[in-house]
Amino acid sequence: MLTPEQLAAIQASPFKADFPLLAKNPEIVFLDSAATAQRPEAVLAAERTFYETMNANPLRGLYRLSVEATSAIEDARAHIAKLIGAVDAAGKPQGSQIVFTRNASESLNLVAHTLPQVVNLGPGDEVVISIMEHHSNIIPWQQVCAATGANLVYLRLDDNYTITQDEIEAKIGPKAKIVSVTHVSNVLGVENDIPAIAKRAHEMGARMVVDGAQSVPHLAVDVKELGCDLLAFSAHKMGGPMGIGVLWGTSELLDAMPPFLTGGEMIDSVTETGAVWAPVPQKFEAGTQDAAGSYAFDACLTYLDGLGMEAIEERERLLATYLTDELAKLDFVEIIGPREGERHIGAVAFNVRDVHPHDVASILDMSNVCIRAGHHCAQPLLAYLGVSSTCRASVAFYNDKQDIDALVEGLTGVWQVFNG
Amino acid sequence: MANALYNAVFLDHAKNPDYKYQMDDPTFSHEGVNPSCGDELTFSVRMASDGTIEEAAFVGSGCAISQASADMMSDLMVDKTPQEAIELCELFKRMIRGEETDEDMLEEKLDEAAMLRDIAHMPARVKCAELAWRTLEEMLENNSTAGTATATVHAACDHDHDHDHLGEEA
Repeated sequence: MLTPEQLAAIQASPFKADFPLLAKNPEIVFLDSAATAQRPEAVLAAERTFYETMNANPLRGLYRLSVEATSAIEDARAHIAKLIGAVDAAGKPQGSQIVFTRNASESLNLVAHTLPQVVNLGPGDEVVISIMEHHSNIIPWQQVCAATGANLVYLRLDDNYTITQDEIEAKIGPKAKIVSVTHVSNVLGVENDIPAIAKRAHEMGARMVVDGAQSVPHLAVDVKELGCDLLAFSAHKMGGPMGIGVLWGTSELLDAMPPFLTGGEMIDSVTETGAVWAPVPQKFEAGTQDAAGSYAFDACLTYLDGLGMEAIEERERLLATYLTDELAKLDFVEIIGPREGERHIGAVAFNVRDVHPHDVASILDMSNVCIRAGHHCAQPLLAYLGVSSTCRASVAFYNDKQDIDALVEGLTGVWQVFNG
Repeated sequence: MANALYNAVFLDHAKNPDYKYQMDDPTFSHEGVNPSCGDELTFSVRMASDGTIEEAAFVGSGCAISQASADMMSDLMVDKTPQEAIELCELFKRMIRGEETDEDMLEEKLDEAAMLRDIAHMPARVKCAELAWRTLEEMLENNSTAGTATATVHAACDHDHDHDHLGEEA
């Protein structure tokens, strides 16, 4: 339960004015930020600024515009490195550890296509993931295992939606070569104990990959504290442009990994019979990159810096707690996940008794309340939990108490439609 | 638009379907699935000696739209020939995709099922509404002579991400 002071803090949102879609459409109640966030004006302006003032193909140009475009990308890398604590002993951001992709899914595919060679994955070896993964962190590993003869092992949840230390020690053993686990579940909203999982993985000689798609937008993430080797996330879930993803990796590992896509801009030299790869991160960035998107993501991070990730984390925790508490008050709603609101990072899954989630979402849409309904690209998790689909409401810092009250009112309406 | 859709008549079909039961000894039976929504139904018909549909029924589970649509369709199909039934399925699909908007004609031919026309404005729900009709049409086309159909209709209807179809051929 929130205190009166905490409720007052989330009563309204001063941030909606920064987001043109929300500012121009005050009737829209957007509770689907786990799917994609809204974008602040600063990001939209930056895309335009790039094309108006520095548009040129980066990397290869020998003239001022191209140099500026290149430097925009490199500045963005440094900013991203700083965000996730990828800094050296002197605190200098390690931009060379930031690889641009299209999205977290592509980052994970890059890893799945290249890391197995580094660890010499073969028959009988194990790749360990969790049952709460998004399909993007399942299917690539299913493909890897099918191709190499390795076995796919799942960390499962206990009744409290937790991957316990016992489970970690039971499933991550000496055969494990790769462990790839989501930091925060996109369905349940729960945070996994990545430091504990990474510690066990490294003790067993395995590499640790983290899907940060649902954590980097909401938590002050530090790769050193996580103890992982690779981290994947997307710009669009934190207010940056769609089409920009990030893979962070340790320099040692990125150097050892072979290229993923090959072609232009990722080589130092090419002969009739072979090529010498460019150094990381360019080695992984074949073809012309979305430089404007990188520049706009940089602007997004500047906007978030102004708020502070700790402040964002705190406000979202209040919002998620209020959301969970209010849903729990509705006797026709079942929360799928922990009852404790503070355990939800952004997302809360639930069902309305005897009403299909798609009907819930369609009826809520009548009152402009936007939620997600379906399997959330996590079918193995839903099967494990014994449900075929759920509703999911998810908050970001720009939401407020009124958004959640509108959802609750809408859900009461859903119940009345079906039960008079 | 959804407001108009979830009305009393629609909800009665969804919650108290007249044609939702296991038919004994059907002439044809056919399974339809929307794998990503979890909508699934098995549609059965018994053919009369004159070649018309004597009895129609379905079993399964899914959202209100898929269930109500199946019940309305079942009511409509009794006494129709297979050819008439296929034409009605085609008409329904054109309506649900917004390609046929003549309200009087739709109400005359599709009866209560014409009330589902607003789903043309809810693209995410088109697959739900179509499931029964696609299943029936495929069953009749597969069995224009005789025999019991066992194939499965797949229709992915999750729109948030791209998916491979995950269902298995029965």
